[in-house]
Amino acid sequence: MARYDRAITVFSPDGHLFQVEYALEAVRKGNAAVGVRGSDTIVLAVEKKSTPKLQDSRSVRKIVNLDDHIALACAGLKADARVLINRARIECQSYKLTIEDPVTVEYITRYIAGLQQKYTQSGGVRPFGLSTLIIGFDPHTGTPALYQTDPSGTFSAWKANATGRNSNSIREFLEKNYTETSGQETVKLAIRALLEVVESGGKNIEVAVMTKEQGLRQLEEAEIDAVVADIEAEKAAAEAAKKAPATKET
Amino acid sequence: MMKIDFSGLDPSLPVKGNAEDLDDEILAAPSFKLPVTVDFDGFQKAAVQMVKPAKGTTTLAFIFKHGVMVAADSRASMGGYICKALLILNLYKINLYLAASQSVKKIIEINPYMLGTMAGGAADCQFWHRNLGIKCRLHELANKRRISVAGASKLLANILYSYRGMGLSVGTMIAGYDESGAGLYYVDSEGGRLKGTRFSVGSGSPYAYGVLDSGYSFDLSVEDAAELARRAIYHATFRDGASGGVASVYHVGPGGWKKLSGDDVGEMHYSYYPIEPTTVEQEMADVRIA
Repeated sequence: MARYDRAITVFSPDGHLFQVEYALEAVRKGNAAVGVRGSDTIVLAVEKKSTPKLQDSRSVRKIVNLDDHIALACAGLKADARVLINRARIECQSYKLTIEDPVTVEYITRYIAGLQQKYTQSGGVRPFGLSTLIIGFDPHTGTPALYQTDPSGTFSAWKANATGRNSNSIREFLEKNYTETSGQETVKLAIRALLEVVESGGKNIEVAVMTKEQGLRQLEEAEIDAVVADIEAEKAAAEAAKKAPATKET
Repeated sequence: MMKIDFSGLDPSLPVKGNAEDLDDEILAAPSFKLPVTVDFDGFQKAAVQMVKPAKGTTTLAFIFKHGVMVAADSRASMGGYICKALLILNLYKINLYLAASQSVKKIIEINPYMLGTMAGGAADCQFWHRNLGIKCRLHELANKRRISVAGASKLLANILYSYRGMGLSVGTMIAGYDESGAGLYYVDSEGGRLKGTRFSVGSGSPYAYGVLDSGYSFDLSVEDAAELARRAIYHATFRDGASGGVASVYHVGPGGWKKLSGDDVGEMHYSYYPIEPTTVEQEMADVRIA
């Protein structure tokens, strides 16, 4: 097995590209990131590891703008993310200059996925170690979109998805609890999903909300705390409702 | 740095695996060595002058309420330098043009909703319009939506700019209908690109502009706009020796382009100015053979 992961252009006998799979491992070790698409709002929520006291947290933004109407969050190697994001930002502007129209979410996702794929089929380079969640509104039709790419270069559209640490449990939660939401409900759903695997509290979660009119807005810690408190209250009420009928019977 | 776009010529290239090349597209564009001369700029100028056809034509297009009207003549001429050997046959001292063809299609159908007009080098215009059609189709397939007229004209302008100074001669108008309505752009081989509502290109354009500008109104009906376009071409062919043949008129509306008419300008002359029978002043008397 060890012989087949030296140069990534080599397939293993059973059809694996080991470097790509190792990149996926790197993604699995990265911060949890959740994306939820509502009818008029799209939300990205990312786990924030505790910031050291002396670090300026504003320089460690995990959810970034690619253009006025497109945003990205990722899980995996942050340095690789920086390079990929810069290339995507340039491509957004280059497209705008040649076609005189902003990019569609699908186009920029295809571009990023294409870049990731290129690095799995070239000599002397390793794949990017990150999966991205890309959100945005179509500049022509205004429909919201959420896409995910991974180190192999595949991409697809999602109603809600998670990547990074414990993404499987988050995805299970979303599959059970996803409904068409809008506005604040979408924010709540995203945070609820992330809270499945992250300690609750505004300082452990970074949330950004995108609307067609206002573009991307990062939520303040206080706002996140408020929503978290809401969610906890709802949870407590649900638990109480479950217990109450039982006591009545006895 | 502007790269010469050879995508229309030879697409099959071996993939280069060099890590530095990954910043560019995987199929790096080929380049060619420039000729070694003492005065390269002078050489370029001379080359451009040698191949510069006189853009002998009249084409026009204008946007109005119901879309875009596009019209052109159909004469292709070759400039004096080719015909020097035929000077002895040339009876017209003023006009040295030898009409090579009276039936050139100067309105090129890029795709069902976009037209391009031809002025300048016929081969250049035909080839690059065809190439543009390919690029537009690829855009549609990749992005699941049609390209806008602005985008298509920009693609062409960027290609022509990358060949600037190498002797291409293209003066074209890209007319089409997209989501934002009617679109009309003038693109030329110097790399210029202008958005506008009324354009005329070619040696007959001053004459066409005169008629077009004086008769134009945004609220013309389709028939009136077609007649205006037809008349403008006719007047240009009347006065300009390098324009003639058939005046074609196309209309681009929300449903795509449609050819409205193709009339011979000679016949048009007599329909506008029918021959008046002159009054007879003196009868010719029969001369009797004495």
